Amino acid sequence: MSVSFCGLALAHSIINGSGTFDAIAANRAFAEDLRIDFPFAAYVSKTITLTPREGNPPPRLWEAAAGLINSIGLPNKGLEGYLAEDLPKLTRMRTGAGPGAERLLVPVVTNVMGSTTLEFSKLVEACDAREEIAALELNVSCPNVKTGLDIGADPLQLELLVRAVRGLTRKPLIVKLTPNTADVAACAEGAQAGGADAVSLINTLRAMALTPPAPARAADRRAWLGGRTGGLSGPAIRVIALAQVAAVAERVAIPVIGMGGVQCGAHAKELIDVGAVLVAVGTESFREPAAGARIAAELEAIGTS
Amino acid sequence: MPAGAARGAYAVRQAPFERRLLSVSGVDRLGAYVVLRVADPTGPVPEPGQFAMLATREGWGGGARERPYLPRAFSVARHRDGESHFLLEDVGPGSRLLCQLEAGEMLWTLGPLGRGFTAPSGGRRAILVGGGVGIAPLAIFQDLLRDDAIVLLGFRDGPRAEGASLLDGARVATDDGSAGHHGLVTDLLAAELERDPMAVVYACGPAGMLEGVRALCASGSVPAQLALEAGMACGFGACFGCVVPRRGGGYVRVCVDGPVIDAAELDHVDVHAGAPE
Repeated sequence: MSVSFCGLALAHSIINGSGTFDAIAANRAFAEDLRIDFPFAAYVSKTITLTPREGNPPPRLWEAAAGLINSIGLPNKGLEGYLAEDLPKLTRMRTGAGPGAERLLVPVVTNVMGSTTLEFSKLVEACDAREEIAALELNVSCPNVKTGLDIGADPLQLELLVRAVRGLTRKPLIVKLTPNTADVAACAEGAQAGGADAVSLINTLRAMALTPPAPARAADRRAWLGGRTGGLSGPAIRVIALAQVAAVAERVAIPVIGMGGVQCGAHAKELIDVGAVLVAVGTESFREPAAGARIAAELEAIGTS
Repeated sequence: MPAGAARGAYAVRQAPFERRLLSVSGVDRLGAYVVLRVADPTGPVPEPGQFAMLATREGWGGGARERPYLPRAFSVARHRDGESHFLLEDVGPGSRLLCQLEAGEMLWTLGPLGRGFTAPSGGRRAILVGGGVGIAPLAIFQDLLRDDAIVLLGFRDGPRAEGASLLDGARVATDDGSAGHHGLVTDLLAAELERDPMAVVYACGPAGMLEGVRALCASGSVPAQLALEAGMACGFGACFGCVVPRRGGGYVRVCVDGPVIDAAELDHVDVHAGAPE
């Protein structure tokens, strides 16, 4: 069932969350060429920053109750490396053909994060010049990087940032909201007021884990993750995502991309029922790489039953 | 380029893009370990050093159990007669469920994944160095090398040392002296490298042992391939969680850049390298 989103024609309504699927690495790992059988209707890149980042020191993962805390720290090649090396490899991907479905091109959404408005502006301008990029997503919500959190958690700051970059591109501009804020709907209104074409949520919730208990050295317990805190994802956050997506969809007129702990078509349907136009899948793809295609098929079966 | 050290020449067999529900064909007790035999007659034949992500069909994620949630990575220990073998030790909620599987039950597998060992060239001899449950990928590698390899295995205690029977002709070291050499497996390696300084070393085991192997080989300019372990969420390069520091800065992903990594690429084996349960 094809879907229109900000002028883009998508094969179905399931996309990946930024940073949860590396299409280039997946092509190395799996025998089938994912470019002709891609599980998502759009491909959202990892967050790209102006200069390369190595990411946080390990350990970067902690398995929580029905979820995962990650402290990855946005490793990426930087804007130049992404545009020169990665972007050309991300074009010409097509969705797998479900029952009666069309094979459609998978648009590339490039997710960017700056530490200042000027950095965001440079990123948006450079991406605007590349026709392979169908849309832009602003990461103002990553809990691993202090600057991202500050901008996205304050409605007025967010409005000013979006307004500053809005004029630099005619491509659809999606703002990825942070859930680590007092009033996520107010932040969504700020993004809309600044000229965003869509909002996406929820990002991971800030969380922490401690090193295993060592009775003899109880005082030595410290943060397990190299980045000290991380972001919680997976089934543990799904009901929180539902509440936040519902709150945002009630307050803004622009399309909403909902995500958080989706494991099956019924979960995606719930987010759509509270107002999401697209649903993103993240942590579930770690357990099952083809989860996106499965969830899209399950959603379609629910819709036609 | 030293023998067996060519980056990019590692053995890779690509996996189907789906996790597959396979049947347990048998479970063998091996001292403190369990050898899980999984029927996989039609899947790709793994290369030595490659791994798979495993999860039981029942009781994994959701329901009353909050953990395990993510699948767990296990090296393929052997592949013969249409079966993949995995060496398990009960060390946490995930490995416990896998250890409790019985013949006829089902499990999810994704693999084979990652880059495996590269056999030595130029007539050089392979020395396989394993520690604990980490001996697994050395068994399938020995199957490939046949009789040529020297096998040195280290274990904590006697029940674990029974795992040495997974390989042929192994010389054993134990921490408590209950079997073989009383001491570290790196003691045996040091003696072996004195006899044959032209050997190529292949190692898998706990981070401390791997660091000992790495340092020993580095001091003697002996090429070494290390099969690393790291807690990982996906196994195919998506989550960026399983990184280890690379010499000269930055990180490599154990799942797609490894798990077999040339020791020359590492300054040290990170103490956090092993942490799955």
